[in-house]
Amino acid sequence: MLENAEMRFADAEAMGLSHDEWLLILKRLDRTPNLCELGIFSAMWSEHCSYKSSKKWLKTLPTEGPQVIQGPGENAGVVDIGDGLAIVFKIESHNHPSYIEPYQGAATGVGGILRDVFTMGARPIALLNALRFGEEDHKKTKHFVSGVTAGIGGYGNCIGIPTVGGEVNFHKSYNGNILVNAMAVGLAHADRIFYSAANGAGNPVIYVGAKTGRDGIHGATMASTEFSDETESKRPTVQVGDPFTGKLLMEACLELMAADAVLSIQDMGAAGLTSSSVEMASKGGLGMEIDLDLVPVRETQMSAYEIMLSESQERMLMVIDPEQAETARAIFDKWDLDFMPIGRVTNTQRLVLLKDGGVACDIPLAPLVDDAPEYDRPYRPNELQPVLTSASLICDFPVKDALIKLMSSADLASRRWIYEQYDSDVMADTLAASCGDAALVRVHGTNKALAISTDCTPRYVEADPFEGGAQAVAEAWRNICATGAKPLAITNNLNFGNPEKQNIMAQIVGAINGMGKACKVLDTPVVSGNVSLYNETDSMAIQPCPVIGMVGLINEWQTAVGIGFTSVGGAIFIIGQPADCADGWLGNSVFAKVVAGREGGAPPPVDLDAEKTHGQFVREQIAFGQIKAAHDISDGGLLVALSEMALSGNLGADINIPESDTLLAWAFGEDQARYLVQVEDAVKFQALLDEHNLEGHQIGITKVSQILTVGPDVTISLEEIRQCYESKLPQMMA
Amino acid sequence: MRVAILVFPGSNCDRDMMVAVETITGRRPALVWHKDSQMDPVDLIILPGGFSFGDYLRCGALAARAPVVEAMLDHASRGGAVLGVCNGFQILLETGLLPGTLIRNERLKFVCRSVNLQLQHDHGSPLLSTLDPGHSLTIPIAHNEGNYFAQKDDLEMLRQNGQIAFKYIASPAFGPDNPNGATDNIAGILSANGRVLGMMPHPERAIGNGHPSSDGKLLLRAILQGVA
Repeated sequence: MLENAEMRFADAEAMGLSHDEWLLILKRLDRTPNLCELGIFSAMWSEHCSYKSSKKWLKTLPTEGPQVIQGPGENAGVVDIGDGLAIVFKIESHNHPSYIEPYQGAATGVGGILRDVFTMGARPIALLNALRFGEEDHKKTKHFVSGVTAGIGGYGNCIGIPTVGGEVNFHKSYNGNILVNAMAVGLAHADRIFYSAANGAGNPVIYVGAKTGRDGIHGATMASTEFSDETESKRPTVQVGDPFTGKLLMEACLELMAADAVLSIQDMGAAGLTSSSVEMASKGGLGMEIDLDLVPVRETQMSAYEIMLSESQERMLMVIDPEQAETARAIFDKWDLDFMPIGRVTNTQRLVLLKDGGVACDIPLAPLVDDAPEYDRPYRPNELQPVLTSASLICDFPVKDALIKLMSSADLASRRWIYEQYDSDVMADTLAASCGDAALVRVHGTNKALAISTDCTPRYVEADPFEGGAQAVAEAWRNICATGAKPLAITNNLNFGNPEKQNIMAQIVGAINGMGKACKVLDTPVVSGNVSLYNETDSMAIQPCPVIGMVGLINEWQTAVGIGFTSVGGAIFIIGQPADCADGWLGNSVFAKVVAGREGGAPPPVDLDAEKTHGQFVREQIAFGQIKAAHDISDGGLLVALSEMALSGNLGADINIPESDTLLAWAFGEDQARYLVQVEDAVKFQALLDEHNLEGHQIGITKVSQILTVGPDVTISLEEIRQCYESKLPQMMA
Repeated sequence: MRVAILVFPGSNCDRDMMVAVETITGRRPALVWHKDSQMDPVDLIILPGGFSFGDYLRCGALAARAPVVEAMLDHASRGGAVLGVCNGFQILLETGLLPGTLIRNERLKFVCRSVNLQLQHDHGSPLLSTLDPGHSLTIPIAHNEGNYFAQKDDLEMLRQNGQIAFKYIASPAFGPDNPNGATDNIAGILSANGRVLGMMPHPERAIGNGHPSSDGKLLLRAILQGVA
């Protein structure tokens, strides 16, 4: 297509713009855009960059609190952790690229989220992820799991940031559309946070990092459409990562920031030079002029359109203090990276691009950002699913066989095959990774530690978006509390299907509402996030997956606990369940899916007040040394949680069971707001529960023999559980 | 006790090693940039882990040609002590200071886990002389190319001279005892003069204080005492 050819609606449509949006562009420009200009509009107005379908609802989420230094709207959220320190974190999806090319898609997802964090002046200290793959025996699942795992490790291991946690699951709705969400957490000085708003007309605009190529052109637009069978022909739109250059860029940027030379900075992520220049200029209320002939390129004859829409990795755009230009250049020379002044900040409120001696683009900034469409899309929820009784799901399966089946299911089996491919120990501050409820990472050089967790239960969200959205927050909250840390804030990654379908839009609305309510009650504001819509292939939508990434703080890491039993003869208590309970919520549980073969049904209801009270109690008793090990009860229910504690601590246990016709429901129900804990002193702990007016009682005791005894009749050796738990994924991937 | 840690572009365990050494000696080691062709005399040079030059071409191959490595080779030729960990071990092999090579892990995957090592040496190396032969250590590994391989003659020489420093041994952790397929379960080797040590496991990640093991501290302390 000729660069100066006059664009028509067909061209706009090919770039994903609607007819109304095309007319709006014509009106705002008062002329027809050229190819480059149209490309810029389509990228900035893509769902990925503009959040046009979700913005109305995202605005309802709580984003404030005394701990919040920076909420949504910047590259990442910033939260105060005291003593002049802050943490910077965000989660982001790379679903579509990872489906097309799993290794590079996942690797550049990690690279992109790391840039979002160090752009703010923070040194990244932890990576997590949330992954969803298709059913275990689908022909492509192995290919995706191995490629994505290797890609996440390939980037994180090389750049030297530990991958400390995450979650992985499998469901047929992801056969044609996997989810790859990457989260990064960084550490910064609270008074040394860097922002993207350009300042000072006349100041130089500098391009740093890798050269620009033709990779990833229009990736943001690709991420904003549904998939079809032809998607694999889009492989050229997947970016290629270079973690080595990423490492150099990270070190150079952090060194430059320490030298006080940076005025504003923005990474070139989705929509590359387009979104970085537009966001920097518009947030500063200024304009920008860039000479595209000065942009370092690695291919010849790149057009203005290609340079502006390329998503080549490991690049940043900065405005620097002109007096510090030589200092800045010296730092980038040291790291052997390109450092190229390509333009300047102006006060025209326009984006002007020069190329080959002419003007390739001259458009006002306001419409790109302020006029980005915002839709109030109609929505109509699916009918709520029925509550399934325990009796309807219980079969005559023996407890032991059910436990073995669950522990060796793809849903619950050990993720060791995956997490051992990630360097979880580099930086030498990892205290617990991938083996407990939340990862624990020490704040370097202090006694503090961060507890970090990613969570979502898509089958709950599908059945009841509101409850499911709230449950994702509640589970993350429990995971953080179970280490002894205080939850501070969340980042979210909203993965849904096509918002133009009313039932999908209803999922989005419901989940955001549920999440918002939970965040309010639990005082964990949303400080950053990402929305990934159109996760459909040939019109089959994914199970909705609003992932929560929560970060908490513990002041003395030495007081934190893990999930593993720590000593013989320790009393095991359940918190959040009355002593006379003989049933459990089996509807939509892993048991229902794996053992009873029935998906769907109303998910367990979430009682946020109970979550809050129980979480605070657990946290306090960990700090007081009363709780020695803690594990929240979630997927798989009580006996699965107990098995995980036994396996982790390498100790057996004797468990009392109630007189019950629904013992399987008691054992595997997924009622919320519950924890299993091993306590210091059983009598004292019961008194503490009573004093706090909490449901809870002793259900067993740890023992040295490697056997779980459940009631009078059932004994299971830990070795048997361990074998099936550990061998599932290796067998699947063999 | 003067310690220098060499920093290549892509090194990512330089800070961790610096912290570990400082914890033990109370003195912060010098970080020396790869472009420096000269360095002040030191008692021990450490080549840290990471992905020097992105592991491009071959792990350690480009770093082995860096200016600072010339200075390191001078130091070693005068009998100076050198420790290479993980990528540092790979670099030492590429310089020819140690024999053999590290190829891709047998299972073709990166592996990060805790392993058990047994101290093998009957060499009398000053770096390990304060530890008892047969002593076992729990230290994590994290690598993609840690599968030690050497020609028959070299292996024979290593065995005869007692230059095999550590071997992987049985571990309670789930998974194979030899994590990468290394010949003869070799996890680390010494030079003929016993003053250059290369090893895949990361002692700087096992210094207690929140790490599951403090055996790396024990090992580093022995090395630091040995060269003092």
